Amino acid sequence: MPPVFGVLFDGLAYGMLLFLMSVGLSVTLGMMNFVNLAHCSFAMLGGYVTVTLMNAFGWPFLATLPVAFIAAAAASVLLERLFFRRFYNATELSQCLLTIGIVFVSVAAAAYIYGTDEQPVHLPAYLLGSITFMGLDFAIYRIFLIAAAMLITIVLVVAVEATRFGAQVRAAVNNQRMARGLGIDVDSLFAITFALGGGLAGLGGALAIAMVGLDPSFALTYLIYVLIVVSVGGLGSIAGSFAAAIVLGVSDMAGKYYVPALGSILIYLVMMVLLMWRPTGLFGRR
Amino acid sequence: MSSQAVAGPHDFLRAQIRWRWSEIAFWLATLLPFVLAPDYLVLASQIAITALFALSLDLILGFSGIVSLGHAAYFGVGAYTAGLISAWGFGDPLLGLVAAAFAAGIFGYLTSFIIARFRHLALIMITLGIALLLQEAANSASWLTGGFDGLQGIHTWPIFGRFDFDLYGYTAYSYSLVALFIVFLVARRLIYSPFGLALRGIRENGQRMPTIGAPTHVHIRTIYTIAAVIAGIAGALLAQTTETVSLEALGFQRSADVLVMLILGGTGRLYGGLIGAIVYMVARDQFSGLNPQYWYFWIGLLLIAVVMLLPNGLLGGLELLARRTQGKP
Repeated sequence: MPPVFGVLFDGLAYGMLLFLMSVGLSVTLGMMNFVNLAHCSFAMLGGYVTVTLMNAFGWPFLATLPVAFIAAAAASVLLERLFFRRFYNATELSQCLLTIGIVFVSVAAAAYIYGTDEQPVHLPAYLLGSITFMGLDFAIYRIFLIAAAMLITIVLVVAVEATRFGAQVRAAVNNQRMARGLGIDVDSLFAITFALGGGLAGLGGALAIAMVGLDPSFALTYLIYVLIVVSVGGLGSIAGSFAAAIVLGVSDMAGKYYVPALGSILIYLVMMVLLMWRPTGLFGRR
Repeated sequence: MSSQAVAGPHDFLRAQIRWRWSEIAFWLATLLPFVLAPDYLVLASQIAITALFALSLDLILGFSGIVSLGHAAYFGVGAYTAGLISAWGFGDPLLGLVAAAFAAGIFGYLTSFIIARFRHLALIMITLGIALLLQEAANSASWLTGGFDGLQGIHTWPIFGRFDFDLYGYTAYSYSLVALFIVFLVARRLIYSPFGLALRGIRENGQRMPTIGAPTHVHIRTIYTIAAVIAGIAGALLAQTTETVSLEALGFQRSADVLVMLILGGTGRLYGGLIGAIVYMVARDQFSGLNPQYWYFWIGLLLIAVVMLLPNGLLGGLELLARRTQGKP
């Protein structure tokens, strides 16, 4: 496979994963200005749910995905009701500290239950291997990943653009006080959005483990990538997160492929340059 | 001038800068390890160094409201500078300290131009990005830094050619404590100066300060550079007293740890970082048998508890308790 296409394809698949894991954070940040560093813990939870169901209970891979979504959504709504809602008017620093505390606890809990080793993931046979098209090899799992992420993105965009719920979410992101004034129940709207965002992260985590592996440090490693996507894409912008995730996925893959000596320098450089160019993100308004 | 309410700003500052008995008692107590716990002097010197690092973060976070998730960058620049100078054959500790302070200061001054432009989430990401970039760079430049294996061949000469660094940490603790005390005096003077007052104004309302004529960006750049110098000194002290420098000096973990200590002690009150460092380091030493993975479980719980129950840290909680017991509102 010519490297350029291979890198673009892999980068696209990787970017899609980053998008799924970060879109929920972007929307909740845009709506409530709540910095939730524990977002990737929900992704990790989804990953562990999938691994456990597959390895211990013998569930098929695809059947575990909805469970991963529901488990992560339930966990996020629980944490939102218990802790986060008291901190909507607190400083960013308090929010950061609270949620990083939750990250530490989740990482330690994962290490306690599953150990620090990388979890084995056995994909079904029909997702393994690759197909050849016009002389190029495409890994089936990555095609599946891109297709699944595209489908979710379309559903998400339609839901936000064309439904009553989506209109309320957009109104709350745009101007929370005005939305309240118009009689929208922003609190319960936010709880639902938070659950959906957490669920999407869980689904993203479940899909990610076959490509990037799963161990307890997942919640911290990918937190940095997700934060990059959110801050570069602009808070509350689905299109922005999508664009930023693809740019970062492709540049990370390109960096690792062409200049391995630089390590992750490239992705950090891309982030810094993009942020300096547009401090509020690519599609951000604030 | 009958009451404080009508006193001018200079009287206000003069009243604040007066030394309190509790402060004098605190600094006298720092000498106790020499007498009471001579076996723990190595730990005590580590605590003094970490306290210095926390003090540096307090200057930007507690007093100026600049949230940084990458303060270890300056610590690491200081540590590597002091380590490299020693590895190249100039093991004089004071020379290394000054060089490290300069290097960290220059790096801090250069990055402060970026820092001053940002607020909120972008600021957190930028500080994090600077530290991650630097760590990756240090990892790649293994011909200079030793990469993943750490810097080899550091040997610290005796201070003034007389006081050798012994195994029990007498010299290490004395050296770190003197450095901490001197820097603390400087920081204290700075905080209770008109400049320090302007910084607190920026922390409270970054938009209003420029409208009353305060050059916000210049102030932020200045304090950020000063904090970088102090962090560099702390890094150099660690490199010299342990005679090792590894990539961990630049890592996210170090930035997060120092933030936890500062929050635990209480931000924006000079002694917060010091108290936090003592509590955190002593606790970690006591639980050192614990797997680091589980240590972070307790740190996580502690963070959640502090943020939910003691928003102003241990010192803030103590103040509140003192006020309650004295029956004041």
